[in-house]
Amino acid sequence: MPPERTAPAPAAQRGQDVIHNIGYRSYEGPRLGRSYARRALFTQSLRGAYGLGRSAKSKVLPMLLFAVVCVPAAIIVAVAVFAKQKELAVGNAEYVLMLQPVIGIYLAAVAPQAISLDLRFKTTPLYFSRPIERGDYVAAKYAALSAALFVFTAVPVLIMYIGALLAKLDFGEQTKFLAQGIVFCALFALLHAGIAGFIAALTPRRGFGIAAIIVTLTIPYFLINALQAIPGPDSHVVGWLGLGSPGTLMDGIQSSFLGGDSQFPYGAKPTGGEGIAYLLVYVLLTVGAYLLLTRRYRKAGL
Amino acid sequence: MFHPTVARLTYRALLGRRRALLLCALPALLIVVACAVRAMNGADDQVTTQLLGGFALATMVPLIGVIAGTGAIGPEIDDGSVVYLLSKPVRRTSVILTKLVVASGVTVVFSAVPVFVAGFVLNGNSQQIAVAYTVAAAVASLAYSALFLMLATLSRHAVVIGLIYALIWEALFGSLVSGAKMLSVQQWSLALAEKIAGAGAEITSDVALPAAIVLLLVAVVGSSALAGQKLRSLTLAGED
Repeated sequence: MPPERTAPAPAAQRGQDVIHNIGYRSYEGPRLGRSYARRALFTQSLRGAYGLGRSAKSKVLPMLLFAVVCVPAAIIVAVAVFAKQKELAVGNAEYVLMLQPVIGIYLAAVAPQAISLDLRFKTTPLYFSRPIERGDYVAAKYAALSAALFVFTAVPVLIMYIGALLAKLDFGEQTKFLAQGIVFCALFALLHAGIAGFIAALTPRRGFGIAAIIVTLTIPYFLINALQAIPGPDSHVVGWLGLGSPGTLMDGIQSSFLGGDSQFPYGAKPTGGEGIAYLLVYVLLTVGAYLLLTRRYRKAGL
Repeated sequence: MFHPTVARLTYRALLGRRRALLLCALPALLIVVACAVRAMNGADDQVTTQLLGGFALATMVPLIGVIAGTGAIGPEIDDGSVVYLLSKPVRRTSVILTKLVVASGVTVVFSAVPVFVAGFVLNGNSQQIAVAYTVAAAVASLAYSALFLMLATLSRHAVVIGLIYALIWEALFGSLVSGAKMLSVQQWSLALAEKIAGAGAEITSDVALPAAIVLLLVAVVGSSALAGQKLRSLTLAGED
């Protein structure tokens, strides 16, 4: 019955009118709170980094890159098994550093997807209307990026370890290499996730974020490599130059503290004082990137 | 065939806002490094070749090519505003050609010109090294712009694919598998540089000059034609 035909309610009854109850029910179940929301954001971002829970098309690139980063490790192991080598041809940290272009592209594909898209589709205010706070969001996203990158680099290292044991190489030595490799992967992941996360948070455009991350990761690396080749073998400049890019920074750290071979020209290693400088710059960069990322989300409106 | 309005819009999209800053940062870095190396090391032909070949031509030119080539049409296809352009009575091939001209012009300005300046700063164009690398960078700019413009019409992940080509195929694969160098824009343009520079300049290419020119022409014409063809039957995809 159309509403205008109803007779106006008597004045006495009007006061008792209530807003129509159209069946919404209040929620009385358990509230899972901040830590649950933070954990959920972490796991969802981590799954998203490998395309899990997303469309089939977006699984292609991460999985392909993951395969690209794992296959050479399997080949190195296979060669060691069949040629009965005494040790693997490539060290763990060296392997990660060699595949930096692939890692860089993976990071450039993943970080904007995890961070920029929230800005582009304006979902961040929705997150912040939940119990989680700015710090929780940043921590969850940063942890997810680091974890995704850690898995990406540590799995090949693990493959090489298992392969080395199958090839009956020395167990104690290989376990030591594995521990060093895992520490290196963790340090590598923390630094690179911080840098990529911060750049991704600066722009809502995914394409722009991808390009900016690749440029920041590769251009300084190639530049420092070209510059390091210029001075002679006995120059001290090589070590200091290495501080100039994330890739060479990680290289210096692994060759001075984690027992790897240096990729610098002439196999130069950072000396004692330089090694400390490498650690300092590493800590500064990682902490700085995290603080900048937190600062980026300070404004409520974004 | 050249459409001034399309050119103006593309130019504004390419150099608007922060994109221009990013594009400026790379050449500025190259020139600053060139000045620093010259001040510390003096003029040296080998160092010049290393810096211009190993850094400028190998990483800077492809990256600027990716940014300019995909940026010329990618964002428009991404946000769907390309339909307004395509609904105008402008031939699709002339849209592509105009965008190619603008993209390669921007790439040349931001890569070949700084290479020329850096070459002069580094060794004062001894043995024609600066000119050789400038020509190589200009030719490579054209080829990269055409290739990445085509990629941007074919796939929404053009930036990633372009970067994979520039970093993994040319840098990583090219150094491991010598056959991969035959299909590398960098090697084709190096063939030109090899011809121009003096014999002592140590610029070497794995591709012979005639083959390089033919391959360059095929790459530019072929990818522009393919891009025009693709633009005729463009379907707009949603966000994944």
